[in-house]
Amino acid sequence: MDIQRCSESAIQVRNLTLKYGTRLIQQDLNFDVDAGDIFVIMGGSGCGKSTLLKHMIGLYKPAEGEILYGGQNFFSSSEAEQQKMRRSWGVTYQSGALFSAMTLAENVALPLQQFSNLSVAEIRDIVSYKLALVGLAGYEDYYPARISGGMQKRAGLARAIAMDPDILFFDEPSAGLDPLSAQRLDELILQLRDSTGATVVIVTHELASIFAIGSNGVFLDAETRTQLDTGSPEQMLNHSRHAKVRSFLARGEMSTTHNTLSGREARS
Amino acid sequence: MQTNNNAHWQLDTSSKPSGQESGAVTVELYGAWLISRAIPKATELDELLTEVGNSCDEAMIHLVPGAGFEWDTGFMSFLLQLHQRAVAFGVKLDPSRLPVQCGQLFQLATAVKPEPPSAPAARSIVSLSEIADLVKSQLHFGGEVTLAFIALLSGRARTRFADCLFFFQQTGPNAIPIITLISVLVGMILAYLGLVQLRQFGAQVYIADLVAIGMTREMGALMTAVILAGRTGAAYAAQLGTMQVNEEVDALVTLGIRPVEYLVLPRILALVAVMPLLTIYSDVLGIAGGALVAVGMDLTFTQFFHHISQTLSFHAILAGCFKSIIFGLLIAMAGCQAGMTCGRSSAAVGEATTRAVVLGIVYLVVADALLNIIYYKLGI
Repeated sequence: MDIQRCSESAIQVRNLTLKYGTRLIQQDLNFDVDAGDIFVIMGGSGCGKSTLLKHMIGLYKPAEGEILYGGQNFFSSSEAEQQKMRRSWGVTYQSGALFSAMTLAENVALPLQQFSNLSVAEIRDIVSYKLALVGLAGYEDYYPARISGGMQKRAGLARAIAMDPDILFFDEPSAGLDPLSAQRLDELILQLRDSTGATVVIVTHELASIFAIGSNGVFLDAETRTQLDTGSPEQMLNHSRHAKVRSFLARGEMSTTHNTLSGREARS
Repeated sequence: MQTNNNAHWQLDTSSKPSGQESGAVTVELYGAWLISRAIPKATELDELLTEVGNSCDEAMIHLVPGAGFEWDTGFMSFLLQLHQRAVAFGVKLDPSRLPVQCGQLFQLATAVKPEPPSAPAARSIVSLSEIADLVKSQLHFGGEVTLAFIALLSGRARTRFADCLFFFQQTGPNAIPIITLISVLVGMILAYLGLVQLRQFGAQVYIADLVAIGMTREMGALMTAVILAGRTGAAYAAQLGTMQVNEEVDALVTLGIRPVEYLVLPRILALVAVMPLLTIYSDVLGIAGGALVAVGMDLTFTQFFHHISQTLSFHAILAGCFKSIIFGLLIAMAGCQAGMTCGRSSAAVGEATTRAVVLGIVYLVVADALLNIIYYKLGI
C-alpha cells in the first residue's frame, strides 16, 4: 500500500473518544506513533490507558474518531482487511493470556500453524527459537499454569513475536514483576525493536521503564479525561506545560502546593 | 463499675457560649467507646446539630475527652458517621482535643471526598428489555455461527479437526457411564408405569411396544439431551467463560483468528455428531431395562423381543435421532453463547454456566414439543 506514509507514522489517532456504554473514559485524543518508536501510553491508575490500548488493537470500537494504520482506517475497513492488519500486530496482555489448555510450544505455534505454510518441523524450530529469545528455552512442553507470572508474560511475548509483527503492543508488561525481571524485559523490548525494526506501543506507569525505553509518548489524565501532553518522556519531564505531567514523571518530587496551583492554571 | 464506664456524651453547659461565639459548643465524651461495648448512635446528636447549625453560619462542635475516655475503631466509625451528618447540617467538627492518633485517623478518613452514591439500576425480577437483549444476542450468535459454518464448508474457516475429535471424546465416550445408568432406569420406569395400567386389561405384552416406542421416539433423545445439557453445555460455558476472563479470547481476536470459528464451531460439531450415537445407545439400554422389568413380572424374553420386532419401525428410531441432532445443536449453542458473552469476573463464569444449563433445557423441551406436533401432523 502506501509505504511512504507508513514510514512516517505507523499509527495515527484522530479525535478519538472512548466510552464504556455511556461512561466517558477519554476524549479528543490526537497523536501519531512513528515507525520504530517505542511509544508509551502513560497516566495514573484508572485513567483509561488499557482501554485506549484495547481500542488500538481493535477489540473495542471507539465512540468517535478514527485510528489509522499506515494511513488506513482500521474501523472502516472490511473484516478481511481488519484480519490482515491484525496479523501484522503482536499483542501481549497484562496476564499473559496464554491458552491454558495448550503447552507453551503449542501457544507459540498457533499463529504459525494458522497463517503460514511451514512444515511441522519448521514450526517446531521457530517455536524453540522464539522461546529461547524470551529466555524460556526448554520450557516447550510446560503448561501455562505450571510456570511463574513473569514467565507467563515472557511466553506471551514469544507468542506475540511469532509472526515477526510490524507493531508490538504491550499492556503493562512489567506490572507484578520484580525490578530485575522488569529491567530484563525492558532490555528485551529494546533489543527486539532494534533488531526487527518493529514499532512498539506500551502501556505502563513504571517510571523506570518509561525513561529507559520510551522514545515518544502520550500522557492521559483521569480528571480532565483527555490527553495532557505528547512527546518523549524527557521532553515532557522538563518542558511540559502541565505541572501534573512533570510531577508524575518526577515521582511527585516537587512541592505539592506549587503543583496543584500551577496545574490548575495550566488547565484553565 | 462497668455501668459507670458506659460510653456516653454530654453537652458541656459550663462552656456554653454567651454572646458573640454562639456557634460553638463543646461535647464531652465519657467512658469506653469500644467496639465490643454499646456505643451511642451518631443520630442521637441530630437535635444538637440542627440547633447549632441553625444558630450560626460557621457552627462548630468541639469534641473533648471526658473522664475514663477510651477509644478504638468503634469510636472512629461513630466519629465518621457524626462527621458526615455534621457536614449535612453545615456544622464543623473539631477533634483537635481528642488523642493525637484519633485526630490523625480522622484526617485520613476524611481526606478524600466521598464519591456520591450512584443510583442503583432499576431492577425487576424479569424485565422485558433483558429478555429482548437475550433474544437479540442469541440471534446475533446464531448468525455468527452460521457464517462460520459457511466458511467451514467453503474451506476458509480456521477450525481444527483435532479440536473436534478432542471434544467428541470428551462429550461422547466419557459420558457413557452416566447415560447407561439413566437409560436403564428410565426404561424400567416406563415398563412399571405401563405394567400397572395394562395388567388391568390383561394386555401386559404391550409393555414391549410402550418401552420400545417410548424410548426410541422420545425418552432416549430427551434423557441424553438433559444429561449432556448439564454435563457438556455447562462445561462449554465454563471453558469459554474462563477464557474470556483470562483474555484468551481477546488474544485469539488479535492474532487474527475468529473465536467463533476456532472455539465454538468444533464444540458444536462435536456435540451434534455425538448426540445421535449416544441416543441410539440409550435406546438400546432403555429397552433392555424395560425387558428386565417385563421378565420379572409376567413375560418371557422371547415374547418381549418378538413383540418389539413386530412393532418397532425404523421410522421411530430415525425420528428420535433427528430430534437428538436438533437437541445437540441447541445445547451447544446455549452453552457456547453463554460462555462467549460471559463477563470478566469469576462470578460471571458461574452465571454463564447456570444460563447455559437453564437455557439449554428450556430450548430442548420447547423444541421437543414443537417436533412432536410436527411429527403428528406429518404422520411420522
